[in-house]
Amino acid sequence: HRKLLPNNNKTKPKGASFLFWFSPFLAFFLVILLLPLRLRNHHHFDVLWCSRRRLMSPPLEHDYIGLSEVPSAAVGGGEEGALNLKATELRLGLPGSESPDRKDKVGLTLELLPRGFVSGAKRGFSDAIDGAGKWSFASGESGSEVELGKGGGLFSPRGEPVAGSSGGQGTGGKDAAAKAAGQERKGAVQVGSSVGDDRAMAPAAKAQVVGWPPIRSYRKNTMATNPSKNKDDADGKQGLGCLYVKVSMDGAPYLRKVDLKIYKNYKELSSALEKMFSCFTIGQCGSHGIPGKDGLSESRLMDLLNGSEYVLTYEDKDGDWMLVGDVPWEMFTDSCKRLRIMKGSDAIGLGKYDPVNVLCYIF
Amino acid sequence: MTYFPEEVVEHIFDFVGSHRDRNTVSTVCKAWYQVERLSRRTVFVGNCYAIRPERVMARFPGIKSLSVKGKPHFADFNLVPYDWGGFALPWIEAAARRCPGLEELRLKRMVVTDDGLELLARSFPNFKSLVLISCEGFSTDGLAAIATYCRGLRELDLQENEVEDHGCQWLSFFPDSCTSLVSLNFGCLKGEVNGGALERLVARCPNLRSLKLNRAVSVESLNKILARASHLVDLGTGSFAVDHRTDAYHTLMNSFPKFKSLRNLSGFWDASPCCLRAVYPVCTNLTVLNLSYAPAIQGDDLIKIICLCFKLQKLWVLDSIGDKGLAVVASTCKELQELRVFPCDIYGAGTTSVTEEGLLAVSSGCPKLNSLLYFCYQMTNAALITVAKNCPHFTRFRLCILDPGKPDPVTNQPLDEGFGAIVRSCKNLRRLSLSGLLTDQVFLYIGMYAEHLEMLSIAFAGDSDKGMIYVLNGCKNLRKLEIRDCPFGDIALLKNVAKYETMRSLWMSSCDITLGGCKALAAKMPRLNVEIINENEETDEFEENLSDLHKLEKIYVYRTVAGPRNDAPDFVWTL
Repeated sequence: HRKLLPNNNKTKPKGASFLFWFSPFLAFFLVILLLPLRLRNHHHFDVLWCSRRRLMSPPLEHDYIGLSEVPSAAVGGGEEGALNLKATELRLGLPGSESPDRKDKVGLTLELLPRGFVSGAKRGFSDAIDGAGKWSFASGESGSEVELGKGGGLFSPRGEPVAGSSGGQGTGGKDAAAKAAGQERKGAVQVGSSVGDDRAMAPAAKAQVVGWPPIRSYRKNTMATNPSKNKDDADGKQGLGCLYVKVSMDGAPYLRKVDLKIYKNYKELSSALEKMFSCFTIGQCGSHGIPGKDGLSESRLMDLLNGSEYVLTYEDKDGDWMLVGDVPWEMFTDSCKRLRIMKGSDAIGLGKYDPVNVLCYIF
Repeated sequence: MTYFPEEVVEHIFDFVGSHRDRNTVSTVCKAWYQVERLSRRTVFVGNCYAIRPERVMARFPGIKSLSVKGKPHFADFNLVPYDWGGFALPWIEAAARRCPGLEELRLKRMVVTDDGLELLARSFPNFKSLVLISCEGFSTDGLAAIATYCRGLRELDLQENEVEDHGCQWLSFFPDSCTSLVSLNFGCLKGEVNGGALERLVARCPNLRSLKLNRAVSVESLNKILARASHLVDLGTGSFAVDHRTDAYHTLMNSFPKFKSLRNLSGFWDASPCCLRAVYPVCTNLTVLNLSYAPAIQGDDLIKIICLCFKLQKLWVLDSIGDKGLAVVASTCKELQELRVFPCDIYGAGTTSVTEEGLLAVSSGCPKLNSLLYFCYQMTNAALITVAKNCPHFTRFRLCILDPGKPDPVTNQPLDEGFGAIVRSCKNLRRLSLSGLLTDQVFLYIGMYAEHLEMLSIAFAGDSDKGMIYVLNGCKNLRKLEIRDCPFGDIALLKNVAKYETMRSLWMSSCDITLGGCKALAAKMPRLNVEIINENEETDEFEENLSDLHKLEKIYVYRTVAGPRNDAPDFVWTL
């Protein structure tokens, strides 16, 4: 068991003996809690964090949802020994202790395409789609890789005629473009598969352009939960395949919505949610909450140590609040009406509150 | 004219109905401005941030009806972040303070809270009609407040809202003395309602003409309600599926014939073909039929019902109707004015969907067709040209080819000529949505011919800035322009900046607009709010670091006399 820095124990307001007994678990939880906080695309951290980010050249850090590991070589320029990535990561534990690196998760995303970025540009879907669009050209006609196209259109043929097969708009260089696109696609696929996400390659790809086709979410949600299936689909995906549920977090000023159908499992959902809500996990964020020079401010650390771990819960069809993770994923998406990120202390008594489950979903 | 006493002028203005005309007369002279503002009864605000609510209420203290729209249209497709804005409370508060005579409130795409609804319910003694479309942020508690405090409520119409379910009791809050309901629509609610309360409410409201139930209302409950409400003109059923061996089924079969005045039918959630037979007796009188929530009904069953509906004016269906079904529509529904065909399944390969054939059939069979929303997998230029010739009366034409950027499958050409024919032929076209493979040419046509176009939606189209420039220079009456995923950049944005003050709003997402371009626009046009929406970006930190070359994901530009708004969330910057 890892122990917390001893002086923190003593300053705890709660019963010291309870804490003393509990602290190994607390420490364990908190290490895992803080692992996700190495989010690089998040600005509500301390000044040091900010300044470190400024040292990085913008194009590299502004990848599509900030997911790809910034190669240590990229820190380049102003890097000093004391300023390397690991040292400034927010972790709890004795100096020198290692926490397992978080694998980059692909939460809410499509494939990662490190195209030439305009400085600081997070081009989002359209860039990804452009690349994806080329994928379908690589195959030469709208038949085979149309799986990508099938998903309501993954390609944005901006400035690029989409004549799938021969003919088209008389762009002679198209074949060359298609070939190059094929190469790019391979590269992209590797990036994609390196994070264990082959969703982009799956037929009837769930990953689709946001807001396309232009159908109101009300209709999508209604049809998605419609039990009558009127035709068989090979992989069982029916209807408009989208299920937006609200996600609230205790203490956060506003709600978010997520489409449950774009995730395949709990891990993806959890990492997407933590990205959305990470700015709220550390006590203060935004304008209030002056960061301390040494990284974590006192108040933030106190918040964490005071046990404000968060747990992900959901309201099911019967109106009961359950802990996320108890049932198989498909059953969960069928019955989940809304999500709530609760404080761990409030979640006691909600089903299996065992450390393993909690660990997975703690923010 | 100015020598007439005010009462006479006011009486004359009573005949001036439309908003535009009234706006115009108010600019003639101060006297007319005064008369007009005091006699105005209806105000429509197309963009809630274009003007402060207090100013509206101060200018028009006598209004009885207020209509306000909030979020940009693309919010319907989740392109606008959830917490962007569009709050109804300031409007309700301002009205409560200055215009206690308010009787009708209509809100679209706004965030309405339970507190707002309660304030609304308590502040207006003559309140009669509440219509909420695509709103969110409230729960059934807010509805309970409306039910409790709005004596004399005539209309409660909730269309496609996100309503939190806090229980089924809200309907019971309508007091026994409430007998004035004319229209009740709670189709968008997800939870159960108290069946007994609903039946009693229907029974004691003799003027009820429009009733739309939600999916949670069973057939048994529907039967009981129908027994008490034979004067209904507009019915939205609840869940429309029940085993044909049950009593409920038999009762259902016998319920409809007595509805002599029924003209609109909708709902039909989970409808099964055998239950659908129940409505055959009323089909001959129907003018509006919405079967777009009944995916279990296949093409053949749809055909059976449609061939009875020869007075139909408005039809909403799923694409399971197929081209064959649309041919039946064409031969039966000669009065058809509006057709909407929604996709059942966007992942399918389009096996049972509709194609250009269906649209062609309808255009040649239904000469009165003026409004279209059509989702399909392919379209040809030839078909569009023929449709344009057959139906020159289109006012709304929205075609969505599900594969973005798909060309004409027969010729492999872009669809420029097809859409060009539509805008050339349909002189009264007010609303147009484009899809498929399109180059700058189509925008040249639109700019040249679409004189009355007010709203244009563009996605995955165009080659260069020229496309957008053609539109901005051309369409004189353009009010709303929304663009996504097109290669339009700063040059297009800045070419005709004065145009934006003649428009309500401009939305551009995933285009090539840079921060520098927006800054230039904001500098040149102080009466526009140039909003940059940066949902996933770090905001504070990079605000200093962002160069003018930084490409923007989403911008929303709108004219306003209210200045930058004070309720913008962190991720929205108003330049």
